[in-house]
Amino acid sequence: MTLRQGWTLRVMNPNPTLAPAIEVTGLTKSFGDHAVLTGVELSVPSGSVYALLGSNGAGKTTVVKILSTLLRSDGGTAVVQGYDVATRPGEVRESISLTGQFAAVDEVLTGRENLLLVARLRHLPRAGEIADGLLARFDLVEAGDRKVATYSGGMRRRLDIAMSLIGDPPVLFLDEPTTGLDPQSRIEVWKTVEDLTGQGTTVLLTTQYLDEAEQLADRIAILHEGRIIAEGTLAELKALMPPAKVEYVEKQPTLEEIFLAIIGRTTAPNGAQQ
Amino acid sequence: MNTSLQDVSVLTRRSLTHILRSPDTIITTAITPVAMLLLFVYVLGGAIDVGSTQYVDYLLPGILLITVASGISYTGYRLFLDTRGGIVERFQSMPISRAAVLWAHVLTSMVANLISLAVVVGVGLIMGFRTGADVLSWLAVIGIIGLFTLALTWLAVIPGLTATTVDGVSGFSYPLIFLPFISSAFVPTAGMPGPVRWFAEHQPVTAIVDTVRNLFATTPVGHDGWIAVAWCVGILVVAYAWAMRIYSAKLG
Repeated sequence: MTLRQGWTLRVMNPNPTLAPAIEVTGLTKSFGDHAVLTGVELSVPSGSVYALLGSNGAGKTTVVKILSTLLRSDGGTAVVQGYDVATRPGEVRESISLTGQFAAVDEVLTGRENLLLVARLRHLPRAGEIADGLLARFDLVEAGDRKVATYSGGMRRRLDIAMSLIGDPPVLFLDEPTTGLDPQSRIEVWKTVEDLTGQGTTVLLTTQYLDEAEQLADRIAILHEGRIIAEGTLAELKALMPPAKVEYVEKQPTLEEIFLAIIGRTTAPNGAQQ
Repeated sequence: MNTSLQDVSVLTRRSLTHILRSPDTIITTAITPVAMLLLFVYVLGGAIDVGSTQYVDYLLPGILLITVASGISYTGYRLFLDTRGGIVERFQSMPISRAAVLWAHVLTSMVANLISLAVVVGVGLIMGFRTGADVLSWLAVIGIIGLFTLALTWLAVIPGLTATTVDGVSGFSYPLIFLPFISSAFVPTAGMPGPVRWFAEHQPVTAIVDTVRNLFATTPVGHDGWIAVAWCVGILVVAYAWAMRIYSAKLG
């Protein structure tokens, strides 16, 4: 597959011989007169983290909704783990988990009860053990018996992703996982996603943040006006630009670096002074 | 089928937990009908002539229907919150029966209304409501009010799925709460002017109220019983079909 597309190396992909986890051809979708998708082509290698990058309203969520069987396409095909989303939606749902744009957690229940709920709906034995294991893994043990309504944005997102991992679905959709989060929570979520890689899970994430795609993704596709206008690894995308010019620029810290340094987080130099 | 039932039971337990953690929804559901019961029995009831029966016995069946009408607005509200919040999308992208999400809300609505109804009947008993109804008549009362609750619950699913604001979802129940006023629920229809009386005697509340009242009073129900059942089944079938159509269209 990778050879056919002409890419030479897939270093990050642990299983380059596998068929793509997600294969989309000629996908179209309109809402009334408004054509959102006008022929999306996408091939997500199994076990990779793949970013669908686009501005607001580019159609990223529509792609994810079609792939997760929440929306029917108008044309084209979408195949997830070998199953066509239109004709085999049941098998597709067995293979995926969706973490939607808005944290799909139950605020009235506790974190632990949320995990139990999903484990029971997936008909898994020993739901309690699964819930406790995930609370530990996502650093939510202390908050586990508190109502989710009391959680911070980052904790909510972590719980949301933890709920999506129950049953070990091979494909995970993360729709704008860090939109609306503060910088600290954003880094928490990034760590969570990074931890998923190397475990064989295919992650398709959508984002409007360039740095997020740069940070997390093995491959990046840019969705613009209803179609994919560029695709490849970061290095390949950079190669599309004219050769780099050498300029001397004074390196100023970004506001994010300053913010994180002042509040004493991460590895920023002179971090905890205040 | 077996796993679908399991899904419904897991999801029903979830929404029942919601109710247990905010029991105020059950209390506020019961407050309006209890206030009406007090107001009409102790303030206005003395001026209303319902023949030889005591007014609280006459009034209670209608108050029970108002209880259901105010109870199902919470059904719509809970479904609305779920649909807005994104958790429904999570459920729908999971390998579970899609209808399970709706059935869980419907069953929860049945349980919540049953509790509110029990509270209202309890207040009625304290106020002097008495019935000679035997077990069979009680079962018939529970059956007809249960059917009415099921029908209105499926009706409430429609705004729960389609409303875009909280006001929209709760607003739909106001007409249902006021429908009993133009029926035999509060006063006999005989004293109403022509067209109003015609409407009152041909709308579902009168048939249901008269049936329940006769069952409680151990007097013959007559063909009102069948009209009442027909109304409930009719509303149920139309509301169910409509709600299911909206639900599957949402996945278009």
